[in-house]
Amino acid sequence: MFKLLKNLRPKDVALWLLAVLMIWAQVWLELKMPDYMSKITRLVQTDGSQMSEILQNGGLMLLCALGSLVSAIIVGYVISRVSATFSMRVRKKLFDKVEELSLNEIKQFSTSSLITRSTNDVTQIQMFVSMGGQMLVRAPLTAAWAIVKISNKSWQWSTATAIVVVVLLAVMITTMSIVIPRFNLVQKLTDKINGLTREHLTGIRVVRAFNAEKYQEKKFADTNDELTHTQIFNQRVMAIMSPMMYLGMQGLALAIYIIGAQLIHGASMSERITLFGEMIVFSSYAMQVVISFLMVALIFTMMPRAQVSATRICEVLDEEISVVDGKFKGETDELGTVEFRNVSFKYPDAEEYLLENINFTAKRGETVAFIGSTGSGKSSLINLIPRFYDVSEGEVLVDGINVRNYKQSALRNKIGYVSQKAVMFNGTVSSNVAYGDNGRGKISEKQIKKAVEVAQAKKFVEKMDKQYKAHIAQGGTNISGGQKQRLAIARAIARDPEIYIFDDSFSALDYKTDAALRQALKKHTGDATNLIVAQRIGTIMHADKILVLDNGKCVGQGTHKELMKNCEVYRQIALSQLTKEELNV
Amino acid sequence: MFNGGGPGRRGGRPEDAKSKDFGKAMRRLFGELKGLRVAVIFAVLLATGGSILSIVAPDKLSDLTDEITAGLKPRNIEQLEPAIGVMAANIASGLPQDSWVEVKIGESLIPADEQVEAMQIMGELGEDSSQDEKYAAFEKMPKTIRAAIEPRLDLDAVYKLAIILTALYLTSALFMLLEGVLMADASNKFAKDLRGRISRKINRLPLSYFDHNQTGDILSRVTNDVDTVATSMSQSLSTLISESMLLVGAVVMMFLTNVTMAVTAILASALGMFSMMLILKKSQKYFSMRQRELGRLNSHIEEVYSGLLVVKAYNGKRESDKKFDKLNRAVYEANRKSQFLSGIMHPVMGFVGNLGYVAVCIAGALLVMNNSISFGVIVAFITYVRLFTSPLSRIAQSMSSLQSAAAASERVFEFIDETEMTDQKALTTRIDKADIKGDIVFDHVRFGYDDSDKIVIKDFCAEAKAGQKIAIVGPTGAGKTTLVNLLMKFYDIKDGDIRIDGVSTKDMTREDIHSMFTMVLQDTWMFDGTLRENIVYNRKNVSDKRVMEICKTVGLSHFVKTLSKGLDTDLSENDSISAGQKQLLTIARGMVEDAPFLILDEATSNVDTRTEELVQAAMDKLTEGRTSFIIAHRLSTIRNADLILVMNEGDIIESGNHNELIKKGGFYAELYNSQFAL
Repeated sequence: MFKLLKNLRPKDVALWLLAVLMIWAQVWLELKMPDYMSKITRLVQTDGSQMSEILQNGGLMLLCALGSLVSAIIVGYVISRVSATFSMRVRKKLFDKVEELSLNEIKQFSTSSLITRSTNDVTQIQMFVSMGGQMLVRAPLTAAWAIVKISNKSWQWSTATAIVVVVLLAVMITTMSIVIPRFNLVQKLTDKINGLTREHLTGIRVVRAFNAEKYQEKKFADTNDELTHTQIFNQRVMAIMSPMMYLGMQGLALAIYIIGAQLIHGASMSERITLFGEMIVFSSYAMQVVISFLMVALIFTMMPRAQVSATRICEVLDEEISVVDGKFKGETDELGTVEFRNVSFKYPDAEEYLLENINFTAKRGETVAFIGSTGSGKSSLINLIPRFYDVSEGEVLVDGINVRNYKQSALRNKIGYVSQKAVMFNGTVSSNVAYGDNGRGKISEKQIKKAVEVAQAKKFVEKMDKQYKAHIAQGGTNISGGQKQRLAIARAIARDPEIYIFDDSFSALDYKTDAALRQALKKHTGDATNLIVAQRIGTIMHADKILVLDNGKCVGQGTHKELMKNCEVYRQIALSQLTKEELNV
Repeated sequence: MFNGGGPGRRGGRPEDAKSKDFGKAMRRLFGELKGLRVAVIFAVLLATGGSILSIVAPDKLSDLTDEITAGLKPRNIEQLEPAIGVMAANIASGLPQDSWVEVKIGESLIPADEQVEAMQIMGELGEDSSQDEKYAAFEKMPKTIRAAIEPRLDLDAVYKLAIILTALYLTSALFMLLEGVLMADASNKFAKDLRGRISRKINRLPLSYFDHNQTGDILSRVTNDVDTVATSMSQSLSTLISESMLLVGAVVMMFLTNVTMAVTAILASALGMFSMMLILKKSQKYFSMRQRELGRLNSHIEEVYSGLLVVKAYNGKRESDKKFDKLNRAVYEANRKSQFLSGIMHPVMGFVGNLGYVAVCIAGALLVMNNSISFGVIVAFITYVRLFTSPLSRIAQSMSSLQSAAAASERVFEFIDETEMTDQKALTTRIDKADIKGDIVFDHVRFGYDDSDKIVIKDFCAEAKAGQKIAIVGPTGAGKTTLVNLLMKFYDIKDGDIRIDGVSTKDMTREDIHSMFTMVLQDTWMFDGTLRENIVYNRKNVSDKRVMEICKTVGLSHFVKTLSKGLDTDLSENDSISAGQKQLLTIARGMVEDAPFLILDEATSNVDTRTEELVQAAMDKLTEGRTSFIIAHRLSTIRNADLILVMNEGDIIESGNHNELIKKGGFYAELYNSQFAL
């Protein structure tokens, strides 16, 4: 937690110190008020008091109240500013860090966890900083000050106050320690209710096809029962709190009065009025003390939660980045070549290799395809080229230079990568196609149109309401899977790279579109190098070179014809899709 | 002092949702309470009782204070002056003491020797002695005089009042506790009931409902909306009523006690109240702004994180950073403003309280000096001012929270009131699963989705003979999946008929039809639970041996064995299951129970072709003699079907087996051959 606080700039710290000062002033003014109150009380009690004196004291008290209000407003302003700045900076830092993480680290954290850390956890911390930051200064200050003010008064009153404080703290701490673990349980159960409903809704056809309605209802009802029980228990326990607080405060006031009555009864006449004034003042200070102690207790109950969030944020910020940026700016004589030299790859903490000893070269203008069953390592292989991961052994060279030596942005400017799952951003068709930066300035409208045409997306884009300005929802939920894939391909084309990487990017296209797209691409890109991962034999059978992967090993390399002859795995894959005649064997 | 309200005031949630008809919504909400109504009414009564007690208590406290103040000032002080005059005259007269004029203070007769003593003490006091000096002089007075003028504090009366007050406080706390417990029970049971009803409702809605409504929307009704209703009910309803009672009570008591003071207190507080309302309104605006901006920022974060691969590959960092900074800035602004406003609400309220206090004190002091009121009245008024100012803000807060509860309940009831699927009680025709031959006839089927004029299936005629393997192909939107939906009676057909073994599906219940089909879909639907639970699903008495057999058939047994917990592996915690494996799992789920018919809707699209062959072989064995329908993108999957139906725009445009269709050189042949093109 305190590590995170380092993110405050000196200016913020200065502001915060100002806030502390103002809180100090505020507490001082607030505690000054009972003095005037007691004076007023005395004046009212005493015969022959002048109205002007009462007015004067009343005016002074109001001045105190106004001063405390003004300082409270300043404190509020400063604290809200500091805490909002703080959360803004932490969020920014996190975001920058996550953008730098390699896929490996992201996998370890999981994307959804990173999202929660950047959103909810930051909000949690901010809430704590804004509330706790103020109360942590204010409450102990008030308590200490108020105690000093009343410490030289009768011990009977002090004892009564101490007892009430102890009792209320005990009540509060007990209820909180019972309730807080169950709050987490409630959160979990609510998530579960959400999850069950989501699964029910997304699988509605399956549920009905299996006549599993009752089964789903029962699962839901069980969780619903559990949630309700926990909630009722929690709220019942919590229901004790406020009557107890109420009772404690009222009881204390009453006790002070009774003790006061006894003291007055036993006192001499001249002491009586003084005692009475002290009693009135004491009762108001005592309330301050009680409230302050409760505040401190409240902060301590809030603290663990913020602490958890802080730890989760620090975990991300402290994560070491495994992919270190190189220096090479990317000016090469050689263009469009990709070479793998004895490349092996495994996740840092894994035992088994995902790729073992891969060797191949793709020259400018060539098409190299990768095929193999699910989990054979095709995607991992091509992810090494844009340095989403670093190799464990061996070298990956682009244009003759090891990818580790490149500045990452320079390396990626050479590459047009289309992922397995088409990624769409909230925006328009144009903004999605022209996404990013290829180091050669903005992508023109003409280039966008051309790219869309080559990607066989022109027909549907121009049918949309605003055509190239048509809105694309986050994740591309308002267009079909095949349309998303074509726009993702257009994005790579618009980039005009030396090397194209298609990671199973044609799977959602029907055969006709697939073929037309590949033809248009060949014509448009001419001398660019194509690296294609695919499942369909039809997609890759015309490639210059095909690598057949099986369990991370390369079990065949060559053209379709060669492989049909000498690679058993390839032949099996091919025959599972097409007949012998169709394969021209 | 007067920091009304408890610690940790909540910032309030954005309440931009307004109900369409507040009154109607509240009536409906109350009507739906049913059995819980008694508890709620009782809770409200308790809260009201508590309020009345909190109004009565200050009155008693004022009496208590009066008792104490009575013990402060010397009694009979007005008789002291003349008495001293008489005493002085007595001493000065030089007469013997027994012929002195009688001196009486209060009821007691002052003996002569005490008179002399008193006069000596008085003589030490100067003309301008202070009150304290006078009081000190009184202390030294001889016994009888002291007894007569000494202030008397009636401790018994104080104790009596203290007992009454204790009883009041205890009863009031008990009321609060009972009210809290009752409301916790009632509101949570109500929430549970609503959630359960939504869950059951999902099963009774036609599928078309889910075509038009987003999952997220229904989800938020189950959780957010129900929660809003429950919390507002438990917190706001009784607060609103009891606080209103408190407010009215405080005003009444104030006017009953003293009109001048009442007017002063109300005027002083009203000013503060007004400014607080302004702040409340403004801060609510900023809170909803904050929520909105935070939502925007979060969705950008989500977008960038989940598309990080593309952001990196396309050097999109600068672009995403720019957007992030802009959104982050907006969140900062909204955060700052909303927090500032909510932060100063408390101090402003404190100030209002203090203002009221001073006003009451000054007005009170004036009146006390005029002897129109006692000091106890001031003490009482100090409490009344607090009782008057604190409910106002709470009433405002609970009103807006009830508003959002009304809006939320409208959304919940809107869902619960949706039109359900047609009643099936009249359908009595049943076919025994074991006796099914397996013929299916589509007879001029016509269908279009609700509230859309577009006819998806125009005039579909086809015949599936027992044991045939029927493939359906065609471009996206041709109506393939719709056809399956009709066959499963997920939707009711508009015209024509579908007959199973000659019996119209219109005469059979949906459940009966479902039980005749094994259906595997393209989307691999998995739920949180173990592998076993996902395969066995709702079927009972399925042994582990049977599950493993099925896993072997679909080629999953190796995968299951590599998992350390085997069939007990939790799917929710395991991200390492690939799409292909998930698809195999759904196929396994379909295979647990034999059914006369099989439907595969793109069931193997995520499995590599070699695995698919294995699965197909297993399926073929399973479906031997059973009629099956296969929809597939991959043409290799359907090559060996007995009958291929080529659909386009809701009609069959070609039909026959693979060889016939290729020979024909039509739509199918073109589709098929395009895969060999460059």
